[in-house]
Amino acid sequence: MSDLLWTVGPPFILLNGVVILITYLTLLERKFAARLQSRVGPYRVGHPHGWLQPIADALKLMLKEDIVPAAADRGVYNLAPIVFLVPAFLMYAAIPFAPGLGLADLEIGILFVLAVSSLEVIGLFMCGWGSNNKYALLSAMRAVNQIISYEVPFILLALVPVVLAGSLRLADIVDAQAGLWYAFYPVLGWLTFASFVIVSLASENRIPFDIVEAESELVAGFRVEYSGMKFALIQLAEFTHLFGVACLATLLFLGGWRPATGALGPVVFLLKALALFVLIIWVRWSFIRIRVDQILTLSWKLFLPVSLGLLLAAAVWVVVARGGSGG
Amino acid sequence: MADAAARSVIELGYGGNERLVMNMGPQHPSAHGVFRMILTLEGETIVAVDPIIGYLHRCHEKLGETLTYVQYPSIASKTDYVSAMTAELCYVRAAEVVGQIEVPKRAQYLRVLAAELQRVASHCLWLGTWCMDMGGALGGGATLFLYCFRERETILDLFEALTGARLLYGFHQIGGTRYDLPAGWDATCRETVAQVEERLDEYEALLEGNPIFLVRAQGVGVISPELAQEVGVSGPLLRGSGIAHDIRRAEPYSSYEDFAFDVPVEAAGDCYARYRVRMVEFRQSIRIVRQVLDGLPQGPISSRPGVKSVAQVKLPKGEAYARVESARGEVGIYLVSEGATKPYRMKWRGASFSNLAVAGLILPGHKVADAVAILGSIDPVFGEVDR
Repeated sequence: MSDLLWTVGPPFILLNGVVILITYLTLLERKFAARLQSRVGPYRVGHPHGWLQPIADALKLMLKEDIVPAAADRGVYNLAPIVFLVPAFLMYAAIPFAPGLGLADLEIGILFVLAVSSLEVIGLFMCGWGSNNKYALLSAMRAVNQIISYEVPFILLALVPVVLAGSLRLADIVDAQAGLWYAFYPVLGWLTFASFVIVSLASENRIPFDIVEAESELVAGFRVEYSGMKFALIQLAEFTHLFGVACLATLLFLGGWRPATGALGPVVFLLKALALFVLIIWVRWSFIRIRVDQILTLSWKLFLPVSLGLLLAAAVWVVVARGGSGG
Repeated sequence: MADAAARSVIELGYGGNERLVMNMGPQHPSAHGVFRMILTLEGETIVAVDPIIGYLHRCHEKLGETLTYVQYPSIASKTDYVSAMTAELCYVRAAEVVGQIEVPKRAQYLRVLAAELQRVASHCLWLGTWCMDMGGALGGGATLFLYCFRERETILDLFEALTGARLLYGFHQIGGTRYDLPAGWDATCRETVAQVEERLDEYEALLEGNPIFLVRAQGVGVISPELAQEVGVSGPLLRGSGIAHDIRRAEPYSSYEDFAFDVPVEAAGDCYARYRVRMVEFRQSIRIVRQVLDGLPQGPISSRPGVKSVAQVKLPKGEAYARVESARGEVGIYLVSEGATKPYRMKWRGASFSNLAVAGLILPGHKVADAVAILGSIDPVFGEVDR
């Protein structure tokens, strides 16, 4: 009985914790965007400052009619939001929030996170294809183009801290940053972190790289036909995935829970991830969108060589400066 | 227009030359009203465009024949509802030319004041919506959109104090204007334009310092000077293509010859050139507004007594064409009077209509994303296109 509890309990807590956190991240984004645009943002539902708004939104979406287009591929259409959502949650399974505080402390944690993170493209393409809508189809094709183009530099850049730390375990990578966070390593760290943030914006389809959603061209892109709870699932998946990547960047570059120890660890960790998340939405609400061909040029001609170069530089540095021991 | 072969389309065919027909509009986030384009795409590239207009047709020319000279100016503002002041002005000018009616100097200055403030408000709306086309309603574009609307609101506040209305004013009437400046309006107006001018610098910094904006706008949607003249575009589009034609300068009306202002010209003909032209026009309009406020003569605001009945104004037999430079270009009205209280025939030349005609010619070869950017840079108002 207690075995079962230990198997089911922590994931249950984590899953719900993440969902609640993500729900309130939407409020954070809306409030932040509102301040940026000299507005007030959600205010009426719940005092103070509309804190019940995300709950109201979720309730509204649950109560909405679930419309399936007549010509849609029903199986693919209905399955897609779940295929989209599950990998986003799986990312959190291998993320350590503090020393020893995580569901699974995998030896190859970073590989697992990167692998499940890349799965989102399948759900995205299923959304676009199953909807049987031309806007959605164009968006799905863009998504595949863009995510595949950016997944390569994304992974290469994520490997730089791995090379520097000499371990694939996320906790080890954090421990290796005890002295100096990788984001602050002179030149190499700066460049890698900056490129990583930009590339993750692109692989997450955020503005200025959100050509997949592109509501001024493709209305709402791959999710144009979705409504009600399925739409909510897609939204949830996007935010979950985005925050997951922010967590990953915190672990890889910002020293995870360091310098805090003990109970403060998760708090510091989440605060850092939140700061990154705010940076991402700040970019979102101040930039305009780049065009699809420009986005691909940027990936193949700039970020791919840069990330390869940085990875090589990191490897050379480890070999030369530390005699190849790593760590 | 594109040839028929380009439109003989294989939908989702698998022959290596797959084409996709996509319907954009009339209900689309960046349709700027109700514009429908049937795009034929090869991948993301547009190969043919079928523009379809008419969703906002309200029989304006017929309305002009059925409404009296007193009634119609307020309705005229509903053609170009973003630049209502100039639309009204065009109609009353046509009637004044037919009836050879003098307009007092003060009224002429007030008309210039209203028209130039309207140009600022209209360009604010254009800048916001254009950025939203390029940046999305859920991103940086929306931020600029809301900033621009904040500025536009302050100018609409001025109009509200002046006329009681915020969108469609009924400010102009045959022989002059309907309202004089209320007390204290002068100072408020100066404050407002100073603030708008200051904020314009911020927007320029926000946009022109952003490489993404530059790659999206530069070299996109080039209109050559020849094409511009052939199609008959006017306003910022024409000046963005290197032709310095402005009716305020070429054929001054309503005392425009009294004011010093520059006519901006850009040679490139792309979206960025049109953007630059409008950004300079913002400042030139503000310059004119200041000159009007400084030199506003005293005197009556209308050469005719106030009317007690809508059928009180009669014009002699005759016909005339009057044109004004609206925020979008040349707005013209051809008016034929048979000596009654209503025109016998009225013909609108909408600036947006002629400007929009260029869209179908320059879109092929661009990407879908450019289509909305180019359409936004043309700045069509569909009330004026369809009339």
